[in-house]
Amino acid sequence: MKLISKLMKPIAAATAIASLSGAALADDHMASNMTIVSWGGAYQDSQIKAYAEPYMEMNPGVSVTWDESSAEAVAKLRAMNEAGNITWDLVDVVAADALRLCDEGLAMEVDHDELLAAAPDGTPASDDFGDLIVSDCFIPQIVYSTTVGYRTDLVPEGTAAPSDICALFDLETYPGKRSLEKRPINTMEWALLCDGVAKEDVYDVLATEEGQERALAKLDTIRDEVIWWSAGADTPQLLADGEVFMGSTYNGRLFSAIVEQDQPIGMLWDAQVFDLDGWIIPADLPEERLARVKDFVKFATDTQRLADQAKYISYGPARESSAPLVGKHAELGIDMAPHMPTDPNNAKNTFLYNYEFWADYRDDIDAKFQAWLAQ
Amino acid sequence: MSDTTQEPMIAADGRPLKQSLARALRRQKLRALALIAPLLLFVMVTFIIPILSMLFRSVENQIVSNTLPHTVVALQEWDSAQSELPDEEVFRHLYFDLFKAAEAKEHSRLGTRLNYEKTGLSSVFRTTGRRLDDMGEVFQDPLEDINENFKNGAFWYEMLSGEGGEELLESRRTLWARLTGDSMAGDIGFVPSSQMADMLPWTTRAYTDFAIWTVVEEEDVVAEEDPWEAVYAGLAYDLQSEETRANIASYGGPGAEALKDAVANFDKLPKVDFKAAFAEAKEDWVTTDLWATVQVFSADYTPGYFLNAVDLELTPEGVQAKPENQQIYMQLFMRTLWMALVITGSCIVLGYPVAWLLANLPMRTANTLMILVLLPFWTSLLVRTSAWKVLLQQQGVINDILVWLGFVDDANRLILMNNATGTIIAMTHILLPFMILPLYSVMKTIPPSYLRAAKSLGATNWTAFWRVYFPQSVPGIGAGSILVFILAIGYYITPEIVGGTDGIFISNRIAYHISSSLNWGLAAALGSILLVVVLVLYWAYDKIVGIDNVKLGG
Repeated sequence: MKLISKLMKPIAAATAIASLSGAALADDHMASNMTIVSWGGAYQDSQIKAYAEPYMEMNPGVSVTWDESSAEAVAKLRAMNEAGNITWDLVDVVAADALRLCDEGLAMEVDHDELLAAAPDGTPASDDFGDLIVSDCFIPQIVYSTTVGYRTDLVPEGTAAPSDICALFDLETYPGKRSLEKRPINTMEWALLCDGVAKEDVYDVLATEEGQERALAKLDTIRDEVIWWSAGADTPQLLADGEVFMGSTYNGRLFSAIVEQDQPIGMLWDAQVFDLDGWIIPADLPEERLARVKDFVKFATDTQRLADQAKYISYGPARESSAPLVGKHAELGIDMAPHMPTDPNNAKNTFLYNYEFWADYRDDIDAKFQAWLAQ
Repeated sequence: MSDTTQEPMIAADGRPLKQSLARALRRQKLRALALIAPLLLFVMVTFIIPILSMLFRSVENQIVSNTLPHTVVALQEWDSAQSELPDEEVFRHLYFDLFKAAEAKEHSRLGTRLNYEKTGLSSVFRTTGRRLDDMGEVFQDPLEDINENFKNGAFWYEMLSGEGGEELLESRRTLWARLTGDSMAGDIGFVPSSQMADMLPWTTRAYTDFAIWTVVEEEDVVAEEDPWEAVYAGLAYDLQSEETRANIASYGGPGAEALKDAVANFDKLPKVDFKAAFAEAKEDWVTTDLWATVQVFSADYTPGYFLNAVDLELTPEGVQAKPENQQIYMQLFMRTLWMALVITGSCIVLGYPVAWLLANLPMRTANTLMILVLLPFWTSLLVRTSAWKVLLQQQGVINDILVWLGFVDDANRLILMNNATGTIIAMTHILLPFMILPLYSVMKTIPPSYLRAAKSLGATNWTAFWRVYFPQSVPGIGAGSILVFILAIGYYITPEIVGGTDGIFISNRIAYHISSSLNWGLAAALGSILLVVVLVLYWAYDKIVGIDNVKLGG
């Protein structure tokens, strides 16, 4: 796990604030308003607290308009581009969407070393982010994972709590409903893993017709017990209401259900699927707005800011140099490091999402998956 | 006026009366039109034009011929039924078309488009896009070794610019505008020399494209920039012709020395073989499948999206049914129609008695009841749907009550949502006011004395209702049914939340293709079909029931 070791390698903490305050002089040639697009909810709150509020404190004249459209960002940016009127300045998207936006020429290609701040020890940004820069347009922020939660009180008596991803498919040991995402991504991979395919072969198998059928056949074994979700909030709700015994969702959602809301829910880290979330800057922004956005992004993705974000939400900062700075939860005061998907204890068995594969196979496998669902 | 052979009647102003009347009427019509003009314009601009342009996407397919204009033409003669690959000429055109597209960042968009038809093309275009520079550098490096001048942007500019190439420039500019959608009419500070265009056609063409790109996209000065790798590849290809080499020997214009050097050292240049270069970049290029797909979808307009929308596909062998494990849309259309009918039916059954009560109770009570009908109508759709979720889920209120009453065993709670049942229950509730209100307004106008008269003539309660009251309320049922049915057929939020897998509608797939898969062509085709289905049903309704019989109010 190159990615993990990179993120985890301890690096002496340094004060990043000082090095950056100079960069944020209020200039006339910068627009005074930014429209930032994000996901809403707790995640957007963490961005507001960790990035936007400190930035606005340093630049009193600047205001930020938030738009909670990240889920439809690609479609909306495409429509804006066709209409010739881009109203967004900065957009938070998952890495797969960043790839698509870059492909379509809708996102600006950036020079990461030029645009972003170096680590406190001088490591250039491109090394600090490392492999997480999956596209020339993508400015990584966090590593999150899709993983599985379960009701601790519904584990059958005399049985150990599930610790293996394949508990999802084991209806005998763990009877009860499951909730899985209503799309092939992640679901098909887990099905193959639990059907005995080795981790490194999953995408090779999934590329074949037989492999896809094999994954669907595995899902057939639990299909009567599955509730399919489409919003990240569904599984925590289904778990909290006791509608399902196990379900997949993002690790931050489970953290908030377990730790912040104290629900009888446990979570697995086994075969958690890593994914990235970050910024893209829309292509062809007017100069003044672009100058403002660049200034903001430089600030918002520096080592300290990314570490600060982890106070509010349990997603791992994308910079290697931020990891040692991750502190305590802003309200509960607990250590956040053990709740990060990238923590060595949690990252013993992880699965890396293959963007290239899904860019190619998404349409095809999705058609089959939806036809299978509709049967 | 009975005798038309008579002199025409004359109006006061001396004109024939007929003409005068027509004139007055025309003026009246124009005035009326002027009054509704703002509304008409508003509807056109904000509703009709966007819808038409969206629907137009269902057949539009210019992206292929805009991105690969020469390749598509060269490919026309290739016969996909043979097992042979297209010849080198097609690959050569592909190289120059694709290089240009990659510089304009349009190539991967084409990959996305073709990936809808053949899995894997997305990465073929993306990966190849990154290799195009290397393919040209193979020629750039030796050319620069042969003569230093080839390194110099200004040298290239001087050699290739001149007179007489306006036509070439304009045709390249048009192609560029079609590729990117950006057009710039003004002077770009470069005109290719017609002499060079004749002697070194590929070089000049590639350089002209480069010049347009430099000015339009990069906003730089042509003479100051180093040319694309593709220009070197063009020169290497041009030099392959013996005739060209002979022409260079007698050429004396700008750059003659360097060109002569290149001819003299021709054997130092690698052989131009684009087919091999593409095979190396991504081996899919040397499969007939890929080229067959490109050929089938090279037309500017395609029925492909519509075929996909009805579970068919366009293949080199003609129209075929999709593999069974990918068929979904016909089933979804049928389900949407069927469930919309069921929902309309249950709205009639539930709404009719309520409307009757509303129309016949004393005013005070009726008003209270009316508020109860309208209250949910004013509540947000999402709130109501989410409330149904709380009620219907397995650990929800309804199941809890049934278990508590002992009707249902705790281990076998009813599954009321995440299936078609959930969609029908929630949507019936949400659409009920659209049935009750037209029914009520029609029933309000039926005089109660008719029922009394029927009864006094000896009809039973049922006969009086069925023969006298009900026929008069049919226009209300008609109006309510049309409203509910047409609203239901396009619903998508409620099925998405409570529908699970077998309670979703075709609109959920349309939304998916608009916002997630970005296959707008398919979404437009599905939307067009849905629109046509609604219009056909409306027409059928008009034929059978008659639209004049529909009343939305007294």
